[in-house]
Amino acid sequence: MLTVILILVKGLITAVLLLSAFGLMTWLERKVLARFQFRPGPNRLGPAGVLQFVADGLKLVFKEEIIPTAADRVVYLLAPFISLTAALIAFAVIPWGPPIHIFGQTVPMEIGGPNIGILFIFAVTSLGVYGLILGGWASSNKYSLLGGLRSTAQIISYELAMGLAVTGVLLAAGSADLNTIISKQYHLWFIVPQILGFIIYLITMVAETNRTPFDLPEAENELVAGYHTEYTGLKWAMYMMAEYINMITVSGLATTLFLGGWHGPWLPPEIWFIIKVAAFMYFFIWLRATLPRLRYDRLMAFGWKVLLPVALLNTLATAVWVAVAR
Amino acid sequence: MLSSVVFWIAAVLAVSGALGVVTTRNPVHTALSLVLTMLSLGVLFLLLHAEFLAVVEVLVYAGAVMVLFLFVVTLLMAGVKPPKEEHHLRLAYQTLIAGLFGLILFVLVLHSVVGAGWVGTLAGPQGGSFGSIASFGTALFTRYLLPFELTAVVLLVAVIGVVVLGREQE
Repeated sequence: MLTVILILVKGLITAVLLLSAFGLMTWLERKVLARFQFRPGPNRLGPAGVLQFVADGLKLVFKEEIIPTAADRVVYLLAPFISLTAALIAFAVIPWGPPIHIFGQTVPMEIGGPNIGILFIFAVTSLGVYGLILGGWASSNKYSLLGGLRSTAQIISYELAMGLAVTGVLLAAGSADLNTIISKQYHLWFIVPQILGFIIYLITMVAETNRTPFDLPEAENELVAGYHTEYTGLKWAMYMMAEYINMITVSGLATTLFLGGWHGPWLPPEIWFIIKVAAFMYFFIWLRATLPRLRYDRLMAFGWKVLLPVALLNTLATAVWVAVAR
Repeated sequence: MLSSVVFWIAAVLAVSGALGVVTTRNPVHTALSLVLTMLSLGVLFLLLHAEFLAVVEVLVYAGAVMVLFLFVVTLLMAGVKPPKEEHHLRLAYQTLIAGLFGLILFVLVLHSVVGAGWVGTLAGPQGGSFGSIASFGTALFTRYLLPFELTAVVLLVAVIGVVVLGREQE
């Protein structure tokens, strides 16, 4: 019984933290992007405009809820919910600190730690794509539909290269358990022996979260807003939350797999985890301010003809290295 | 106690998803019902301590195969209305035959399950390395090596077939 209560409490805390991080992240993105473009950015509400996300949220709550007449009502309402749920669940197994001791109990920081940790994240995030394709289809709008189809093709294609890049780490650590992977990096982060895998992971994680330069599903110059064209108010906000929480999750996974997780000198481990994740989040914004969007056929060709073969080679090389070292 | 509660929820969802596959008119709803069944089966695998199989069920079937199904269905269905009731009635005797075969299959499965004495056991093999990636891999590359390699050849043939068929005609 105690375990169940503990899991519920940890789930609640993690969800609240993730959603607050989402709010802060939207403010940070607008602020940093503005700096890149020599603008002040939001600066009216709170110190340096930090309360801007509260105003944004309130505005979205009071927006009119629109459901297109031709829409498939049930699926239309279900789609953003699927996206957000999958995004929140995926983070559940990422350890963001060492276990803590309270009331004579050892409590791990993550909600659940199955020994198939990595695969769990992949399984859950692969369900998140349903939110995009169903939202695009249920809206009965050709731009939405095309956006949904594009996202599906893109995410499935890049998921393969991402999985193979992670397989390299999995082989090097000899385990799929995230805590074991972190402890194996105590002396040397996996970014050094797995540098190729890290680069592939970095590219695919941007593609998986539909961010610039891979934000084809919502390319505004050709598809209006892609799969969420017909969504308003809180349902639109749910899609945004899912996108940003997915960014946090892939950054958290990158930290865990390649940058030694929460390990670090002097500062508390949780702070180290946040610093490393924040670095990846900044990288996302930096890319958005710097790179133009790819053309769709280039995107698919790059995924299948460059990333996948390189990721396969990396996996093969790692496997040989592990076999020889043993 | 808790596991039997989870079992009943997952079992009811799995069966209702399967019923949804054969009763819903709209192909997208049909595909979604199938996804519901697969997710419930994943939960049932977890209850049997087959963690790896559970994740693969969700990752491969629900996360990849069904997404591709939906991809094709939504692409072809754009602007097409689902068939009306009259179309359904025209398939009256097919429905009967399908129902009959379904019933026979159900009786056969029930017979073999009861015959094997699997009734009333919820717990799978406990503890050890059962269901782990290592034991799964070992079994795949020792005992089931030949079927595994043959499957790989079949997949290769399929891939080459797609490339040949999909190539532009000169």
